[in-house]
Amino acid sequence: MQRSPATAPTIARLIEAFHRLPGIGQKTAQRLAYHVLRAPRAEAEALADALIEVKDSTRLCGVCQNITDADPCALCLDPQRSDSTICVVEEPLDVAAIERAGVHRGRYHVLHGAISPMDGVGPEDLKVRELLARLGDATVEEVILATNPNLEGEATAGYLFRVIAAMGVRITRIAHGLPVGADVEYADERTLRAAMTHRVEFDGRGSDD
Amino acid sequence: MPRIRPIRTEAIVLRQRPLGDADRICVLFSPTRGRIEAVAKGVRKPLSKLTGHVEPLSRGVFGLAHGRSLEVVTDAQTLDSWPPLHEDMDRMTEALVMVELVDRSTDMDVSSGPLYLLLRHSLDALAATSSPRAVRWWFILRFLDQQGYRPELDSCVRCRSEVEPDGNGFSAADGGVVCPTCHGAGVGQRLSSAVFRLLRYMRRSSCESTAQVRVGAEASVELERHLRLSLEQALDGRLRSSGFAEALARAETIGRSAASSAAKRVQEEQEHAAV
Repeated sequence: MQRSPATAPTIARLIEAFHRLPGIGQKTAQRLAYHVLRAPRAEAEALADALIEVKDSTRLCGVCQNITDADPCALCLDPQRSDSTICVVEEPLDVAAIERAGVHRGRYHVLHGAISPMDGVGPEDLKVRELLARLGDATVEEVILATNPNLEGEATAGYLFRVIAAMGVRITRIAHGLPVGADVEYADERTLRAAMTHRVEFDGRGSDD
Repeated sequence: MPRIRPIRTEAIVLRQRPLGDADRICVLFSPTRGRIEAVAKGVRKPLSKLTGHVEPLSRGVFGLAHGRSLEVVTDAQTLDSWPPLHEDMDRMTEALVMVELVDRSTDMDVSSGPLYLLLRHSLDALAATSSPRAVRWWFILRFLDQQGYRPELDSCVRCRSEVEPDGNGFSAADGGVVCPTCHGAGVGQRLSSAVFRLLRYMRRSSCESTAQVRVGAEASVELERHLRLSLEQALDGRLRSSGFAEALARAETIGRSAASSAAKRVQEEQEHAAV
């Protein structure tokens, strides 16, 4: 980034720091930096403290590998959740998304990525060994593979299937097809194929029920 | 500045990588323009109309407009999504090797008609075959031909003498078969007569005929080695996607070993509880 002489070096450094964050362009970075500059000192200190704290006090849960500030995390300790089902996801944000939907009452396992053969990312770069260690426990009856329905997610699910199949645990894959609110006319061939293949008996109630 | 009109081109999607919160950069391979990097905006959102049409290992027609630094995908229509390549791990693995070879060997704005046709034909064959490995072997031989690394199979690459099927070696560094005399002097790795014949057969046969050939485990390992070394010469490096094939091959063993250690642990716990 070219530094303008009209911008003080300290502000330019802050703009640069914001600009490095995902989804933040140059203009937004400038707006954020000037917002921090104009805000009361207490607000800036709270932001700085929150940034340092998140780096200092978070770690990976020793069980599900999700990011947590207490090990084991609250989801792994929750006695209301079933130990018999583990939902395997790529990223911590996927856990948050599934929790928002409130559709899974079992445990989770976060892989921290997906196999990407062309980028040289293999199973050894993910939390697969930790997952296998959990499956040794006879309480686990089902593993739900909830990796993304794209090439990397399918490669990861395919690999996990081959590993887990030998362990005698039931393996399921999240369904994929048309998202709510989509138009059939714009759907691609593979999505329609999946939607038709995995169609379900209709009992007159909405598909959310 | 004159306004540049958007273009439409047929292309195979080679790969993607995330960009920002909702976009992806797609690497397309077009017969007329070679490798194209284009932004597909909003495709990581569930209701994007483009998402399924820009998935790797699919062929389509793409509308491209000039953006500030990269081109932007304005619309896309899938022509072939090769479902078996996405649903079957063995086919997917072989397809990824082919796609990586094309990705690493093509430049932007270079017409690549023959390589495009080779990739398209091979992906078609891969989706239909029951012998994915053989389709990849056939593809690699032709890929090497097109890249100017055609393996010499008729005469010794060292002394130029004509070769018979038996007693030869293969030198990827020298670019082909080595006669028994030169091989005896330490040049190249052993080339069995079965693999020598198979290489010659694949050279003159169609992809479909190659896929019909039954290849034993030993010959298959040997052929893989010669092709891998030849590709490493052509690419000046190792194929990244071949690591996935190796990981898949080890997957069942890892699973069995994890299952047996778990069973042992449970038995130990039961014995401990009994005591």
